[in-house]
Amino acid sequence: MNAKLEAEQQGRRSPIRPKAPGKTKHYLTAAFILLLVWGSAVQSDSTLSELVQGFPNMLDLLREMFPPRWTYLDNILEAMLETIRMALVGTTIGALFAIPVALLCAANLIKSRWIYYPVRLLLNLIRTIPDLLLAALFVAIFGIGPLPGIFALSVFSIGLIAKLTYEALEAIDPGPLEAMTAAGANLVQIIVYGVVPQIQAHFASFTLYTFEINVRAAAVLGLVGAGGIGHYYEVTLGFFEYDKTAMIILFTLAVVLIIDYISTKLRERLL
Amino acid sequence: MIEIRNVSKTYANGTKGLNHINLTIGQGEFVAIVGLSGAGKSTLLRSMNRLHDITEGEIIIGGKSITAAKGRNLRMIRRDIGMIFQSFNLVKRTSVLRNVLAGRVGYHSTLRTVVGRFPKQDVELAFQALDRVNIAEKAYSRADELSGGQQQRVAIARVLAQEAKIILADEPVASLDPLTTKQVMDDLKRINLESGITTIVNLHFIDLARQYATRIIGLRAGEVVFDGPVSEATDEKFAEIYGRPLGKEELLEEAAV
Amino acid sequence: MTKSWNEIAPKPKKSPLRWFIYIALAAVYIWAFVGIPFGGIKETAGQVTKAIASGLFSPDWDYVYLPDGEDLLRGLLDTLAISILGTLISTIVCFPFAFWSAANMSRSRLTSGSGKILLSLIRTFPEIVMALLFIKAVGPGSFAGVLALGLHSVGMLGKLFADEVEQIDPGPSEALIAAGATRLQILRFAVLPQVLPGFMSYTLYRFEINLRSATILGVIGAGGIGTPLIFALSSRNWDRVGIILLGIIVMITVIDLISGAIRKKLV
Repeated sequence: MNAKLEAEQQGRRSPIRPKAPGKTKHYLTAAFILLLVWGSAVQSDSTLSELVQGFPNMLDLLREMFPPRWTYLDNILEAMLETIRMALVGTTIGALFAIPVALLCAANLIKSRWIYYPVRLLLNLIRTIPDLLLAALFVAIFGIGPLPGIFALSVFSIGLIAKLTYEALEAIDPGPLEAMTAAGANLVQIIVYGVVPQIQAHFASFTLYTFEINVRAAAVLGLVGAGGIGHYYEVTLGFFEYDKTAMIILFTLAVVLIIDYISTKLRERLL
Repeated sequence: MIEIRNVSKTYANGTKGLNHINLTIGQGEFVAIVGLSGAGKSTLLRSMNRLHDITEGEIIIGGKSITAAKGRNLRMIRRDIGMIFQSFNLVKRTSVLRNVLAGRVGYHSTLRTVVGRFPKQDVELAFQALDRVNIAEKAYSRADELSGGQQQRVAIARVLAQEAKIILADEPVASLDPLTTKQVMDDLKRINLESGITTIVNLHFIDLARQYATRIIGLRAGEVVFDGPVSEATDEKFAEIYGRPLGKEELLEEAAV
Repeated sequence: MTKSWNEIAPKPKKSPLRWFIYIALAAVYIWAFVGIPFGGIKETAGQVTKAIASGLFSPDWDYVYLPDGEDLLRGLLDTLAISILGTLISTIVCFPFAFWSAANMSRSRLTSGSGKILLSLIRTFPEIVMALLFIKAVGPGSFAGVLALGLHSVGMLGKLFADEVEQIDPGPSEALIAAGATRLQILRFAVLPQVLPGFMSYTLYRFEINLRSATILGVIGAGGIGTPLIFALSSRNWDRVGIILLGIIVMITVIDLISGAIRKKLV
């Protein structure tokens, strides 16, 4: 009974009602995003009706792609091998160059910000340019063939491997480095005996990961004349031989998945 | 009224969680279920709203069998049973108010709630619920900005907003310190007295059980080994439930020191 | 006393497999390098490099804005529009995919497993090839690029979304079930509030990637800044190549900064 009375008294107490936080910010954000999307649709001439109209075409295309022309494999096998070679050589060159770049970026090894900030800036600039664009540039410089493709992949690999590696470098255990500094080691000795053992597995893993990406990238570099299997997309699509295109896509898919699988297994064992 | 008729639960690996349990819990009771961890307290509580399925027997809630209920009927029975958890189970990054309002979803169609808008009366109800656990001023704070005790009170408010007729509390104070433990238990007790909500609490500490409950049920290895009013729950009886003399870890006051 | 150290702590034997691995690795590298025609570099290479470099330092500023017709700003805007719409489409498509492939959202492993396999297949399908196919379907232009990015991004974004869904705290869902909520209500009030910030952060991250991809779509005629770049390259207009490269670098850097700042606030 007593408790009930108490409850009634509590009920009569003027209830606390904090002010609801304003929602203007949310509405403004939503309006901004809508505006962005609407503007983008206008700018790129994208309309739903166009998608609906294009839909039958897509189905036609898919129908013409099947069944794939299996015999076309003979024609593209050599190009696929070239693709893998390009990825392998490009990744290797990139990885080699990435080592000094990564060391120069690591704030815990290079004490002077006058060195590591500019190098990092340069690295970030490299990473803004997509690999296919690099390839187009190198084709303009060196002419058509796998070589510009390899250079493009190398530059791209430097950007990626160096970034991943220097971030890992900055996370290493400083203990061994301190001990070696205390023992009077110079920078090179510290790197060889203190840094390398801590980082080599990571570095190998990053390189393999970049190799996976590069295989995918190398498969399309041919579109700008930079070698590999990508060239055959233009050949087959230009002659409306969609069943051959389907064969290229399936073959690439299979190779990429196999390489991914092997590489992932290797990386799991490394770390 | 809750009727538990000959309920057993056998897990897939063959272990028996509950063994032929028969209980009747009346309207407005405050029941504490005690026992060692692994005795089946949580399993029993969670079979009452069918978060766990039983393998044998039947549980009747307010005249309807929850064991046989499906789909909409099951949800309607669950709507009348509020649950409070050891880890509060709030959505940490949403506001306290929205967490309380989540207790109202059972009253509205899916379509209406999916938009995320609740009727004015619901918001009012949520505020009243928060008021009753003295935390209304935090309505617009993010749940994870609150202390553990405050979060558990938000969970209680969620159950109040749900207008549940039964409250199941599964170790509600196990992650709280002694001071907030008292506040949360006081809240549960007050609500039990004010609104006559049947309250069933799993507790590890027997002094808490004695202090707040009107009836104590002791479980041991999935069987009811004690069932009676607090006055009958002597230290000897507890020793029987736990299978050994009472230790410090069964007493909140002692464990706190 | 004559015990050698080797008896006290025997050197671990190195597996003979190591040599096999070394030889295999060497063979692969020989195969790779021998197959590359390292000759055949154009004699003009040095000149062209110099020309591009000087183009970068003396860019064709007039091209930034032309009152009528194709200029740098319009090309960049087009690129931005393609990546925004592409990201939007993929985000919408990703929602069902995420819940389909998240292991904690379905009872059977088969369901989530099949979703994950489909996502990884989409991921391996390059966007530029998708763009080629979409050009055949809807004609050349930005829209083909939008569709290509929209579909390709699903592969990665869907996986990231699914991972996010798998990491949620199951507690709130349990509380909602206990309160008598339907499956959709549980999704709306227990799952969605937990995953939404992560979803938005990943969407922005994918937007950064899509912007990079969108700069090259024009190479095959799927809209954006890539088309004028290829024209400038093939007509040896190095000053214009310079300004376009500069424009791309500036745009990507600025968008990265903005997007990164928003992402930091979200998490």
